[in-house]
Amino acid sequence: MTNYLARRLLIAIPSLLGISVILFTILALAPGDPFEELATNPAIPPDVRAHLRASLGLDDPIHLRYWSWLTAMLRGEWGYSFISRIPVDQLILQRLPTTIAVIGLAQIVALCIALPVGVYAATRPYSVFDQVANTLAFIGFSLPTFFTGLLLILLFSIHLDWLPFVFRTDIEATGWRWWWEMLRQTIMPIMVLGLFQGAAWTRYVRAATLDVIRLDHVTTARAKGLPESRITILHVVRNAMIPVVTLVALQMPAVFGGAIVTEQIFRIPGIGSLLVTSILSNDTPVIMAVTFVFAILVIFFNLVADILYGWLDPRISYR
Amino acid sequence: MNEDDLRQMIGRVQRGSLSRRGFVKRMAAVGLTAPMATQLLALSGISPASAQSVPTYAPSRRGGGGALKILYWQASTLLNPHFGSGTTNADASRVFYEPLAGWATDGTLHPILAAEIPSTDNGGLSPDGRSVTWKLKRGVKWHDGQDFSADDVIFNWEYAKNPAVAAVSSGSYRDVNVVKVDDHTVRVEFNQPTPFWADAFVAAIGQLIPKHLFKDYAGANARDAPTNLRPVGTSAYKFVSFAPGDNLRAELNPNYHLDNRPYFDTLEIKGGGDAVSAARAVMQTADFDYAWNMQVEDEILKRLEANGRGKVNIVEGGSIEFVQLNPTDPHREVEGERASIKSEHPAFRDPKVREAMALLIDRNALEQFIYGRGGPATANFLNNPPRFTSPNMRWEFSIAKANEILDAAGWVRGRDGIRAKDGVRLRFIYQTSVNAPRQRTQAVYKQAAQRAGIDLELKSVTASVFFSSDVANPDTYTKFFADMQMYTTTMPQADPERFMNQYVSWEVSSKANNWQGRNISRFRSEEYDRIFRESQGELDPVKRAALFIRMNDIVVSSNHIIPLVKRPTVSASLNNLRHVLSAWDGTTWLLSDWWRET
Repeated sequence: MTNYLARRLLIAIPSLLGISVILFTILALAPGDPFEELATNPAIPPDVRAHLRASLGLDDPIHLRYWSWLTAMLRGEWGYSFISRIPVDQLILQRLPTTIAVIGLAQIVALCIALPVGVYAATRPYSVFDQVANTLAFIGFSLPTFFTGLLLILLFSIHLDWLPFVFRTDIEATGWRWWWEMLRQTIMPIMVLGLFQGAAWTRYVRAATLDVIRLDHVTTARAKGLPESRITILHVVRNAMIPVVTLVALQMPAVFGGAIVTEQIFRIPGIGSLLVTSILSNDTPVIMAVTFVFAILVIFFNLVADILYGWLDPRISYR
Repeated sequence: MNEDDLRQMIGRVQRGSLSRRGFVKRMAAVGLTAPMATQLLALSGISPASAQSVPTYAPSRRGGGGALKILYWQASTLLNPHFGSGTTNADASRVFYEPLAGWATDGTLHPILAAEIPSTDNGGLSPDGRSVTWKLKRGVKWHDGQDFSADDVIFNWEYAKNPAVAAVSSGSYRDVNVVKVDDHTVRVEFNQPTPFWADAFVAAIGQLIPKHLFKDYAGANARDAPTNLRPVGTSAYKFVSFAPGDNLRAELNPNYHLDNRPYFDTLEIKGGGDAVSAARAVMQTADFDYAWNMQVEDEILKRLEANGRGKVNIVEGGSIEFVQLNPTDPHREVEGERASIKSEHPAFRDPKVREAMALLIDRNALEQFIYGRGGPATANFLNNPPRFTSPNMRWEFSIAKANEILDAAGWVRGRDGIRAKDGVRLRFIYQTSVNAPRQRTQAVYKQAAQRAGIDLELKSVTASVFFSSDVANPDTYTKFFADMQMYTTTMPQADPERFMNQYVSWEVSSKANNWQGRNISRFRSEEYDRIFRESQGELDPVKRAALFIRMNDIVVSSNHIIPLVKRPTVSASLNNLRHVLSAWDGTTWLLSDWWRET
C-alpha cells in the first residue's frame, strides 16, 4: 500500500510539470497584456506602459519566465497579482471560504437528492416514481446553470422580490439573523448548482444500482428472507457505490475551483469569479496559481478515489 | 461677433460695467450657450459664482443619511491611485484619497484640497506659463489624525516619478518640477510655457497619498506597502474593509474638512456581475442606490425606468465612436512594413472617395436604432467641453449624392456593381472589435455602401486582441492593417491637448515605435502639425480654443476621420439620490456632496 502510494505520488510529479508547462505556454501565447486598459488612455504615455511591462518581467522570453515562476513556486512563493499587486495566495485564501461553502453545500444537496432518489428509482424500475425521477433528471441536466440561474433570479428576486440576487460578504446582522440573511442569498446559487449536479448523479446512481440489483448475491439474500431494506442498504448500495464514489471524488476539485458562470451571475466572490476576472485581465500569476492548484487537486482526488475503491471492494488490490 | 468684440465685452465684465448675467444673455443672443459663456469668463479670470459648476448641497448636518450602496459591474482590485489601471480602481481609491482639484462636468476646475484654483488674477499662474502655484487648504487632516501639508504633495511627485515604483501616473509627474514654497504652498514648474497646467495633482491622477505611511515604500518595494489595500486618505469616508475584486466598505469621517459633509453614515461599493442585472438592482428592486457605466441597450433602460424607482443619468464627455479611413496602404509592404507611412492608399488618396464614404453612414439610424440616448450623432471629432466645439461641421447621409460624386470622379461600376478606376476597386476591409452595437453599425454602413457601388468586407476582432499592444499580433487597432476601422476613443481631461495629439505626424504609429505612437489613423497634415505646435505655446485661452476648433475642422473635413456618435457615460440611480457626476472626472470624484432627498 505504502509502495503503491509512493509510486503514484512520484508519477504525479512529471504530470504536474507537464501541466504547468502547457498552462504557462498557452497563457504566454494568448494575446493581450494586463495593461490593456492603459493602452486606450491617452493620459498614459506608451513608454510608461512599456516600463510597467518590463518591471513585471513580461518582456522576457517564455522559458525564462517559466523558470522563474517554477523556482518561486517550489520555494512556496506564489507570486504577485499583476492587477491587485498583492500575493496570489492571499487573494485565493480570501475567496476560498465562500467558494467552499457555496459549492460544498451544493454538492451535499446534490448527494442528498441523487442517492435516495437514484436508489429508490432503481429498486422500482419503470414505476411511476422512476419515470418522473428520470424525466426530471433529464430536464435538470439539460438546462445549463446560467439559464436556470437567470430564471430563478427573474422569479424569486424580480417578480416575487423574496430573495436578493447580489451576494454580499458583509452582512451586518449577527447571530441567527446573519445565518438567515446568508441562507437567503446563498439558497439560489446552491440550488442551481445542486439540482444540476444532483440530476446528473441521480442517473448514475440509478444505473449503478440497477446493475447490482440483478446480481446473484442479491437474489441469494432475498432467498435467505432478509428484509428488503437491509438488502438494499447492505448488499446493493455498498456495491453500487463504487463507480459513484469515483464520480463524486473527481467532482471534489470543483469545490475548490468554484463555479465560473454561476458565481458571475450571482456576484459571489469565489474562486471561479477570480479566475474569470484574471483571465479577462491577463493576470498570469493568478491564473497560473488557480489552475495549477486545480490540477494538483484533480490528481490528488484521483488517488483518493482509487484508494476508496479498495476500501469498498476488497477484491481490488494495489500493486 | 469676432474675437475683438468678445474681448471687449469680457473686459467690460472685468471692469464691472457689464454684469455677468448681461454677458451671458448677450452671448446667448449670438448663439453661444450659457455654459460656454461662463467658461469664457472663467478662463479670463472672472470666477463664476461658486455653486455654478457643482449642484447645491442641502443637508445641514453631518451624517444621518444611512447607507449608500453603489454597484460596479467591474470590481476594483487595488486602492493605490498611483498603481490602479482603469477607471474602476481610480474610482475606488478616490473614495479615500483626494486631489488638489477635480473637474466639474462643465469643464471647470473645482478646488478640493486646494484653497483656491490658481488663476492669473490670484497670482497662481505665472504670466509666462512656466509655473503654477497651488495654495493648499489649511486644517486638513488624514484619517489617522496627522496633518496634511505641502510635504505630502512633494512626496507624491517624488513617488510617482520614481521609475522603481513603476507608477501608472508617472507620465504626469516625470516632466515637471515641484517646489515647496511653504507648508501650505507648492509650485509646479514646467520646462516650457504650458497652457494646460492642470494635470499633476488634479483629478484621478492627482489623488494624494500620505507621506508618513508611504515613505518607507517609495521604491521597488512599493507594492509591499500595507496601505495599498488599507488606504488612509483625507476624504469624507474612512476605510472599513476591502476584498479585491469584490467589495469595498467605508464609513463617515467625523473630521472631514468641509462642513456638514458627508451625508451618508456608511458606504459600500460592490463589484462584479454584469451591467443588465446591475441596472435591475437599482431601477427595479432598488437594492442599490447607484450603478456605474450602464452599457445596456437603451430599450432595456427605458423599460426599467418605467418602474418609476430609478432613473438613467447621461453625462456627456468627449468620448466618441468614429471611423478612420486609412491614408496608407495596408495590403502592400513598403520596406517590410504594412500600412507604412511611405505608402498611399490606392483608393482613399482620392478625396472624392473619402467624401462619398462620409456621406454613406446614416448617423441618425445609429442614434435611433442602435445607441439610443447613449450615442447622439455628431459631426465633430472634438465635442466637449463646449468652448472647444466647432460650429462649422455638418453631417449628411445621402446615397444619391455619394453616387453622384463617385460618378463625377470617374469611378465606374463594374459588372458586379462595384466601382473601379485604373484597376483599383472600391472594396474595403472594415475592422472593429467584437461588440454588438459595432457589428450592427458595420452592417448599416455596408448596406448603404453597397448601394453606392462600394463593397465593405466586415471584420471583427475580439476586444482583448484588438485593443492590445501585442507587437506580434497583426489584428491590433494600433497596427491598422485594414482599409478602415472603427472604435471609441476617450478624452480623459477637460482639455483637448492630449486628445488632439492623436493626429500629429510625429505620433504616427509605425514599426519604428513598435506601433505605440498615438496617431493610429496615420493622418498627416502640415497645417495640423503647425497649429498643434502653436496651441502648445498659446497661453490665451480664447485663441487656444480657436486653434483646437481649427484642428477639429482639419481632420473632419479631410474625411479620413468620420465621427459617428458621441458616447456619453450612462449610469443608473434611485430617484431620490442627489449625486454629483462629471464627464471629466471619476464617478466618485465628489462623493462628499452626495445626499438623499427624503
